[in-house]
Amino acid sequence: MKRLILAIWATLSVLLVVPALAQDQLPPAPLAYRQLDDPVLEAKAQRLMETLRCLKCQSQSIADSDAPMAGDMRHQVRSRIAAGEDPEAIRAWLIERYGDYVSYAPQNKPIMWPLFAAPLVILLLAAILLRGRFRRGPAKAERAE
Amino acid sequence: MTAETPRRAGLAMWLPLALFGAFLALVIWGLYRPANTEVASAFIGKPLPQFDLPAATDDRPGLSSAQMQTGKPRLLNVFASWCVPCAVEAPQLEALRRHGVEIDGVAIRDRKADLDRFLATYGNPFARIGRDDLSEVQVGIGSSGVPETFVIDGKGVIRYQHIGEIRAEDVPMILAKLKEAQS
Repeated sequence: MKRLILAIWATLSVLLVVPALAQDQLPPAPLAYRQLDDPVLEAKAQRLMETLRCLKCQSQSIADSDAPMAGDMRHQVRSRIAAGEDPEAIRAWLIERYGDYVSYAPQNKPIMWPLFAAPLVILLLAAILLRGRFRRGPAKAERAE
Repeated sequence: MTAETPRRAGLAMWLPLALFGAFLALVIWGLYRPANTEVASAFIGKPLPQFDLPAATDDRPGLSSAQMQTGKPRLLNVFASWCVPCAVEAPQLEALRRHGVEIDGVAIRDRKADLDRFLATYGNPFARIGRDDLSEVQVGIGSSGVPETFVIDGKGVIRYQHIGEIRAEDVPMILAKLKEAQS
């Protein structure tokens, strides 16, 4: 029994220690988990951070992620917003370094145009098809009489 | 008209199944395709951003962007002592150093004691090591992890990015990229 407990303890401690090895030991950046004092600026920073991709954990935003790198990016975003920088300028700065992938907000670029045009094209097609239907309706009714 | 209608309906009947089949094929293709989670830097071909990092260890100076414009291509290695693949690539960095390549290091979120232990264990091929406690330089050059290695030309322009550890078979390629950066 003692041995079993020891084995379980050993397994648990290995499980707990191994992932910790691949993490840094530094405390998080000053503004990683601290909000800005000015609520207006903090709201601005929050809105931006929610639409920036965490590059370590790629389906999360940097606002959602506890990865140290996401913390450092939050620190950068908050300190730059506090320094009066425009959120979209910070986004553009990051896109310059990581490509559009880093932003969850779609950018207005020619490659996006088909996506924006699709609903209009589908509506137009539907209108054309439906127009045919409405025309045929009375014609059929006439024939039936 | 009466003969045509059933046949057309027959073909149309199979259309949803065909669409579903195509969708299924797309899903299976997506599942089996190896996921690419690397994010390449979009900053290749651009000059290094301005930075001035303090020294990360006692026996190597810190690193500033101005010091990287030496007229000769060099490597910028983004690493950390807590990063396992960084230990794996240490012999390759040492081999590159013996080829006369100058390598500067940026230590990401590292403690001095850990870094000293890491360099004592796996070797220290670096000319300078700057400490980047806030990942500022890392984000500044579009690097998204450790280890990553950048070829910087003599004017301080980023010419190439190698994502992940440098393996033994990558060394000739890195040397070729350094030569390319000379022109």
